[in-house]
Amino acid sequence: MRKLAENFGRDAVAALTELGQGTVLFAESLAWTATGAARKQPVRLAAVFAQAMEIGIRALPIVFVLSIAIGAMVAIQGIYSLSIFGAESKVTLGVALSVTREFAPLITGVLVAGRSGSALAARLGTMKINQEIDALTVMGINPVRYLVAPALLAMLVMLPLLTWFADCVGLLGAGLYVTQKLGVSFTAYLNELQASVSVDDLLHGIGKSGIFAVLITIIGVVNGIGVTGGADGIGRVTTRAVVHGISAIVITDMLFAYLVIQ
Amino acid sequence: MNAAAKLALPEPVIEVEKLYAQYGDKPVLRDITLSIAVGEVMVIMGGSGSGKSTLLRHMLGLEVPTSGRVQVLGVDIVKAPRRAMQEMRRKIGVAFQSGALFSSMTIGENIMLPLCEHARLDIETMRIMMRLKLDFVDLAGAEDLMPAQLSGGMIKRAAVARAIIMDPQLVFLDEPSAGLDPVVAAGVDELILQLRAGGASLVVVTHELESAFRIADRITVLDRGEILISGSVDTVKASGNERVQALLTRKVEHARHTPEEFLRTLTGRLGSP
Repeated sequence: MRKLAENFGRDAVAALTELGQGTVLFAESLAWTATGAARKQPVRLAAVFAQAMEIGIRALPIVFVLSIAIGAMVAIQGIYSLSIFGAESKVTLGVALSVTREFAPLITGVLVAGRSGSALAARLGTMKINQEIDALTVMGINPVRYLVAPALLAMLVMLPLLTWFADCVGLLGAGLYVTQKLGVSFTAYLNELQASVSVDDLLHGIGKSGIFAVLITIIGVVNGIGVTGGADGIGRVTTRAVVHGISAIVITDMLFAYLVIQ
Repeated sequence: MNAAAKLALPEPVIEVEKLYAQYGDKPVLRDITLSIAVGEVMVIMGGSGSGKSTLLRHMLGLEVPTSGRVQVLGVDIVKAPRRAMQEMRRKIGVAFQSGALFSSMTIGENIMLPLCEHARLDIETMRIMMRLKLDFVDLAGAEDLMPAQLSGGMIKRAAVARAIIMDPQLVFLDEPSAGLDPVVAAGVDELILQLRAGGASLVVVTHELESAFRIADRITVLDRGEILISGSVDTVKASGNERVQALLTRKVEHARHTPEEFLRTLTGRLGSP
């Protein structure tokens, strides 16, 4: 029993330490972004673009595939559920709100956490083990400014854009099924979409993705720099970054939905 | 020496005073006091786990000591504000044991990185400086290769090129010739002597005896986190200290434990009598 309590205490302290570390890293990244140029150590745009390419552009194909499938799936389930009440014609409203407010940001966030959060953790972990982060420090190059800030900025720009892209593709996927199943024209579907979705609904999803962007980056970085051991340590922190990232996204999503809808 | 002559002496590039460090409850450095003069090659020697790399990390400000003072180029690195540390770090160069080259960059980009970040020079000037340093370490033409394409010796030399790209006053080299064949190792030693001839002060951590005797002005021998001896090559060679001689003659140290202690080690009951 005592050992259990000790382990719980140790884990709690470690979790709080990581939380504090993440908060400091986030604040430091913002500070470098805002004041780096004045301190003659700007956050390099080239590094931000390179990260944006990796996080955003290279993720487009898989976001397209997943979003179109999710959109169609929501439409299939929606028509099935609404048919119980004979209200299939209302499916567009359900699909529009589900995709823009929930599914697009959530699926994109989970995908980017699995793809880019893990890559960030693996990259930083490898750099730490190879003493590359020490090398940056002793060269007078702040690792937060050089490594973390570009990743955070790129994620903050690309994840909302990917979410908007997922909105469009998801609604397209749903439209393809709805028009075929209910025998309505695509123009009629689009008109109904326009009437169903407000700017607030789109911003609800895109706003959440901004929070997810911060979570994915900071969790990836904290796990990466916390690596111990060799190759197995890299594997461990990479898995941990994905699990923590996805868990944080889902829990934040629930809290966000609750707080906004109240 | 009179007071005026004392005043004329240049300040040491490194001063370490009563440095203590520990990992958890385990002490790793105990009462380390040493200084390194301008233009001097100080070799820090010791067996595995003697604390030499830990001492180097403290000199670089990568670790925070439990107590004591470390002053590098006039900056107290335990207390100095971040800006003073940044300024000091632009005047030093470090080549890590593994090379620590950035695997996503070419050798040329690796070497130019400090210039890109700290110097306001056009790209062509930086390229010329990078090629000069590559030529200095005998790696001319390797600028477009990736670190993964280099041998161990080439990686160490590329790391030295990156360490000296800003023409630092002080260069730290961690095990520069470890794992290299004798010819390549002699080449690295020659590089170190050329750097000294160019006016740089150097701290070299190594356990290679031949290399240490060839390059050192002074040698500091560490064992179990303590300085056993610090002095000229001849002083160290002539030392009567048993542990220094064990290191110099590569004598295997047996029977550090009493039979009772050894038994406790085997049974895992280290703390009990």
